[in-house]
Amino acid sequence: MSEAAFFRMEGINKFYQMGDEPMHILKDVNLTVERGEYLSVLGPSGSGKTTLMNIIGCLDTPTSGSYTLDGQIIEEMSEVELARIRSREIGFVFQNSQLLPRLTALRNVEMPLIYAGVSPRERRRRAEQMLERVGLEDRMHHLPSQLSGGQQQRVAIARALVGNPSILLADEPTGALDQKTGKQVMALFQELNEEGRTIIMITHDMNIAAYARRVVHIIDGELTEGGGTADA
Amino acid sequence: MLKAVKGAVVMLRECVAMSLDNIRGNKMRSFLTILGILIGVTAVIALITTVSGVSGSLSSSFSSLGAGTLTVSVTGSDLKAGLNTDDLKELTELDVIEGLTPTVSLSSRVSHGGSYESRVSISGKNSYYFRINDVVTRGRKLNVIDEDNMSFVCLINDDMMETFFYGIDPIDQSLYIDGIPFTIVGLFSDEGTESIASLFSGSPDILIPYTTALKMNSESLVTSFTVYLADGVDSGDASDAMEPVLDAMFSYEEDCYSIITMSSVEETMEQMLSMMAALLGGIASIALVVGGIGIMNMMLTSVTERTVEIGLKKALGAIPWQIQAQFLIESFLLSIIGGMAGVALGLLLSIILTNMMGTTFVVSVGAIALGVGFSAAVGIIFGWAPARKASKLNPIDALRSM
Repeated sequence: MSEAAFFRMEGINKFYQMGDEPMHILKDVNLTVERGEYLSVLGPSGSGKTTLMNIIGCLDTPTSGSYTLDGQIIEEMSEVELARIRSREIGFVFQNSQLLPRLTALRNVEMPLIYAGVSPRERRRRAEQMLERVGLEDRMHHLPSQLSGGQQQRVAIARALVGNPSILLADEPTGALDQKTGKQVMALFQELNEEGRTIIMITHDMNIAAYARRVVHIIDGELTEGGGTADA
Repeated sequence: MLKAVKGAVVMLRECVAMSLDNIRGNKMRSFLTILGILIGVTAVIALITTVSGVSGSLSSSFSSLGAGTLTVSVTGSDLKAGLNTDDLKELTELDVIEGLTPTVSLSSRVSHGGSYESRVSISGKNSYYFRINDVVTRGRKLNVIDEDNMSFVCLINDDMMETFFYGIDPIDQSLYIDGIPFTIVGLFSDEGTESIASLFSGSPDILIPYTTALKMNSESLVTSFTVYLADGVDSGDASDAMEPVLDAMFSYEEDCYSIITMSSVEETMEQMLSMMAALLGGIASIALVVGGIGIMNMMLTSVTERTVEIGLKKALGAIPWQIQAQFLIESFLLSIIGGMAGVALGLLLSIILTNMMGTTFVVSVGAIALGVGFSAAVGIIFGWAPARKASKLNPIDALRSM
């Protein structure tokens, strides 16, 4: 393990209080990701993968263990600092794209930049650029309801990337899509990875996980390497 | 630092845009929500404007009534029950006083020929009264000679003429007041010359020299008179000048007289009206509070409905205060829209009301400021808790409900 690891989790434990018993959701998770990697976390539902995603995405903090992202020690951060990290470092793609229904595709993509305090003109420029990148230059002013599922997911990907984050974090990105559109989205992910984007994808679908260059398995809160490049 | 401020400005502008989007997107619900504020502000504006219109026209009719005059009412001390003729002369010599007219009121039985009327209101006046009030419609005024001689002469008004001299010329006829024959020297009409004193005592039917009235009254002291102020003299200054003289006349005993100026009457009047306005405004502001609760309810519902949106925005990097600002701005905008509509409607209503009551319509800037300010405050106060709730939402819980 190199000291300068871009993404490193060491001994991450997460407990949730459920009634009287604390539930041990993540058990001593170690994970290192290099810049430019395409990793998928494969696990059945209830395995703790969503909790892991929340911690990777800085939406949640571990009960114990250390998490370093791009040189920043995440577990020591306050709520506001975490929001800043999410704004700068993480681009989320959710299962069902989660676009705001009253905003056009363009406005949806601009959203993260609003919270980053980017000026309107710059915001627009970057959002347009990103929509072009995902092949939606002729759908910018459509409302989500006027777009197909695949197009919606591509808008969501554009939104995730517009802030130029260090990690694209996707949670079941093809879960709500048919096979053909799912494949298109996976092709886009591969392109993005080839351009140097770091991608972490959480999924329960082995076929989808196979698109990644490295797969780790999570079962009952325990993470194991499952092929691809082994961790140190 | 500058960049942070710029970012915040950009953020706030987006918040306003998003809030307006949301308000527009829920037209019916937004309308119902602001209805409470709208009604409250309308009521406050209409009440305050109408009351101040009434008080405006009241005080303007008051000041036309008593412009340049004040009334002294004497209760007297044990040693001295009123003022004598010399006292009045001494007062007249004050610089601030142009002249004064004593009022000696009698209520007597009046007869002529076979008919009579009891308890007729008779007022003793001096020659100065006739000099400054143009009341004589026929015949002559009462003069200094009538005053000095305590002559039995009188002027009567139209009522008396119709009662006793229907179809006859009353001039030079005799009229018996308490059995004493008076010669009628003229007719008078006191319309348009009401003084402050007449507000309290009503207007007389017969005028006689005040000296004669004093004699008939079996006392030679004046207990009430109206002072006509010299040009440009303020009633307050005049009473300041008169007080030492009057104090001396009553040997510095207390509470022997009171000086009623127009402004003191007006002040009392205005106090009463502003108390009324405050009371009515207070009742109307209950509607504002109820409206605020309506806004709070809508915002709480809105936060619950938009849990996913809030979670998403947090995931996209929104800081808690940015979420809070968005909801706070939304409730602020809602109630300020209600407030402005209420101001417009309230002004419209008060134009109608003042027209109906025939008073003047005066736009009260204070009332408008109160209406707008109050609704803005309601928006912030009642929006605070829902906005806080939204900002505290855990993004994981929020996103889990998707």
